[in-house]
Amino acid sequence: MSKVIIPTPLRKFTNQEATVEAAGGTVLEAVNDLAGQYPALSKHLLDDGGNIRSFIRIFVGDEDIISLDKEATKIENDTVISIVPAIAGGSM
Amino acid sequence: MNEHLEASFPYEGCGFFFGKDGETREITEAYVVNNSKDGDQRRRFEISALDYMKAEQYALKNGLDLLGVFHSHPNHPALPSVHDLKQAVPFFSYIIKSVYDGELRDTTSWRLNEETAEFEEEQVEIEHSLLVYS
Repeated sequence: MSKVIIPTPLRKFTNQEATVEAAGGTVLEAVNDLAGQYPALSKHLLDDGGNIRSFIRIFVGDEDIISLDKEATKIENDTVISIVPAIAGGSM
Repeated sequence: MNEHLEASFPYEGCGFFFGKDGETREITEAYVVNNSKDGDQRRRFEISALDYMKAEQYALKNGLDLLGVFHSHPNHPALPSVHDLKQAVPFFSYIIKSVYDGELRDTTSWRLNEETAEFEEEQVEIEHSLLVYS
């Protein structure tokens, strides 16, 4: 099982748990497992096509999966996965 | 927080703040990050995914709640824009500080109401100086 760090704004969907465990051999499998464990979290992570939403970034350790193998990035039992929402704005 | 935002003028400065969540949110620490926006940083800010991840890790390691994000509006009022609202995530407090000609003027704080998809203003009381890391 990999360890997933849930971003603070989404913790209300994981009973306020900051870290949860997820099964799977790739990032997408782990995210799908997470969505299965916490159905209300699912729509915030996955689009209707089952892909990870564009405004969500996923890190494996300190590496953005964009620079790895994207959703197919392989993970191991002790891998730490971070889910990161986009943070931006501006005055006008 | 204030010094960083004044020093960032005429560009938008930004960062995170930490503390304890509750009926009243108490902020005990702030954490300055780079504005990573590609484009006009005088009216836009963006926080890199790596900086966000580090902020969550910092909160976990230190037993704090990541309470929200602060940013400045250079030469504009401390009121959320449509861009601020469009990018807002639930739970976080969004502190906005107006900076005119390099000097801080107003501080406001806002939280997204998920039902109405509008910001609601929060009352801010400044009791003492923050620890600010950069």
